[in-house]
Amino acid sequence: MTSPVVQFEEVGFHYSNDGAAAVGGLTLSVDRGEVVVLVGRSGAGKSTILKLVNRMVLPRSGVVRVEGRDTREWQPIALRRRIGYVLQDVGLFPHMTVEENVGIVPRLERWPGDRIRARARDLLELVGLPAGTFAARWPSELSGGQRQRVGVARALAIDPPILLMDEPFGALDPVTRVELQREFARIQQQLATTVILVTHDMAEAFALARRIGVVDAGSLVVCDTPRAVAHSHDPRVKLLLDTLVMPPGVGATS
Amino acid sequence: MTVLLQFWQTHAGELARLVAQHVVLVVVSTGTAALIGIPAGVLAFHRPRVGRPLLFLANVAQTIPSLAFFGFLLPLPFIGGVGPRTALVTLTIYALLPIVRTTVGGLQGLDRSVVDAGIAMGMTPRQLLLLVELPLAMPSVLAGLRVATVIGVGTATIAAAIGAGGLGEYIFRGLSMVDTTTILAGAIPAAALALVADGGLALLQRRMRRRQPSSGRLSAVALVAIVIVALLGWSSTTRASRSVVVGSKNFTEQVVLGELLAQAIEAEGIPVTRKLNLGGTFICDRALRSGDIDVYVEYTGTAVTAVFHDDVPHDPRQAFERARERYARGGVTTLEPLGFNNTFAILVRAGDARRLGLRSIEDLRQTTSSWTPGFGYEFLERADGYPGLSQTYGLQFGRAPRAMDLSLIYKALADGQVDVIAGDATSAQIDALDLTALEDSRRYFPPYDAIPVVRTAALLGHAEIGRAMARLAGRVSERDMRAMNRAVDVDRRDPREVAAAFIAALR
Repeated sequence: MTSPVVQFEEVGFHYSNDGAAAVGGLTLSVDRGEVVVLVGRSGAGKSTILKLVNRMVLPRSGVVRVEGRDTREWQPIALRRRIGYVLQDVGLFPHMTVEENVGIVPRLERWPGDRIRARARDLLELVGLPAGTFAARWPSELSGGQRQRVGVARALAIDPPILLMDEPFGALDPVTRVELQREFARIQQQLATTVILVTHDMAEAFALARRIGVVDAGSLVVCDTPRAVAHSHDPRVKLLLDTLVMPPGVGATS
Repeated sequence: MTVLLQFWQTHAGELARLVAQHVVLVVVSTGTAALIGIPAGVLAFHRPRVGRPLLFLANVAQTIPSLAFFGFLLPLPFIGGVGPRTALVTLTIYALLPIVRTTVGGLQGLDRSVVDAGIAMGMTPRQLLLLVELPLAMPSVLAGLRVATVIGVGTATIAAAIGAGGLGEYIFRGLSMVDTTTILAGAIPAAALALVADGGLALLQRRMRRRQPSSGRLSAVALVAIVIVALLGWSSTTRASRSVVVGSKNFTEQVVLGELLAQAIEAEGIPVTRKLNLGGTFICDRALRSGDIDVYVEYTGTAVTAVFHDDVPHDPRQAFERARERYARGGVTTLEPLGFNNTFAILVRAGDARRLGLRSIEDLRQTTSSWTPGFGYEFLERADGYPGLSQTYGLQFGRAPRAMDLSLIYKALADGQVDVIAGDATSAQIDALDLTALEDSRRYFPPYDAIPVVRTAALLGHAEIGRAMARLAGRVSERDMRAMNRAVDVDRRDPREVAAAFIAALR
């Protein structure tokens, strides 16, 4: 049995000293190559959980371990270079072209220029943006969906062992979203990346997750396989399940 | 317009030099301000506890009038003194505020998610600053640089008041000669410079907004290159160390006298640096004592009262001795008087004098209830100026005196803006504008004999200065002086040329 790649132990966090807890009593283990999808309503603390992993914030109580090491002991720069991060509002650098955006982390890692170019072009093809058309464009010349694809490509640039994704497909139309989700599932399996993905879309969770964690008020209500979550009797989980508009015959009734 | 073109044509060499000085003043000061201001802005953004007082200081500095700034800096060692150094320090301080403020503003306006993306990627604070924060704040920083440059072009014209050169020299010279052409000859190129600088930076700013990634590095290299070229240019304009520096105050007679001294010394085979048009008595005296100038022409009465705050004997010889004795204590040697007495003259329009039968200052008492006097700033303040005058003659003017620049005062009287002024007895404007000088029947005004005052150290180092001055002693009469003033002020001749003609006639 290998040790978990990301591990939360009784983690608590709140933003201001008097404020309510954003995360409280959170315990969760994510294994190598696993895709855990965290679902929950806005403000449930999902994004904060991701920020605890790459040390954008430090826990006030409990321990977060990445690859067996307390994030407090990690050198923050070294830790973040092992973790790809797709932001909710993408955060592409507006003064860099698409290709430069995708190549930024390799550049920080001081890869040679031609290797950065080749890598950026491969990644653009991977997320379905032909390099010939898109490499030289500026972020302002892209649609919302195209920007999110660039964001995913940027996060994958140096094959990070861990990938954190915050609503990565939110701005896409339903058809493109399903396309990209499939593409993503294929890439993930190919690279065996450990993924924690945050969404408020239950359908996305079912499409991608090996395990689904339902987050409410900063802690996990349940974290289990999609099948088990679908059968949960917890009212908070049921509330989320009700948002699914099931086509006939696909329902969670079996 | 043709007069102006003619002026530029005949002064082409000088114009080029002044434009170059002006550009160097602005580029070096704005460049220095950018080198200090951008890092200061970054610091202020990341450490608000340091930043807030920093911004406050820059704000306060901006509110100090530039002339007052020059005055504060003059007596200070290293950064002070007459010449380009003080001007550069002042201009740099003025350029700081817009640069610091726009740097902070640009950084504050950054999209939070973009900065977060940089942090999450494992950028070090340095990488974040250089790759993300600064490039994105650049358009804002450039806007500040633009404002600073345009302000700099304007403020640099005032630098001529303390002998730093630049296009302000024409403006000040023109003001003191009441010559619009000369003023415009400086003002128009200065305005053009401001427009060119503004346009050029606007172009750069627009290119930055849509820039190719490598042009940031290119423009940084270009900026450094400009600063280096400017510094080289600067060092070549600074004076040769062994020359004698002649100064003068900022009115025509003083400029002519400065030329007279300079050419007499040059005739002895010594190189001379001219720092003419420096400002009033106080600036010249400070410059002399700090060694920034070696010699200038003072007047006995002015020296004793305005410089040494003593009472002036009404006997000219006694006044001279007192000045000599007081100067000697401060390491300054007073040489023999040039020959003329430039006392104050209380002037009225000739028409008024005829109509009201005004002959002496005493006669003014019948008119004072309705008249407005106009005086120079120094005359208003000095003990031997307006306060003593009104006491001695029992004058109580109905309206408060209007303070105005010496260069404007004769014209103001002729145009009827004021009714009585204190001017120079040797002024060319008296005849030119049909004014009448009233007799000082109670001998209120002390003698104002023109005396060259020279730093004793410079005199010991260059015996030629003493020889040159001895040739001028007693040779410049009041009539000579008025004629030379008229040649410059009315006939628009070059002070240099007028002084040369006078020296040639001496031989």
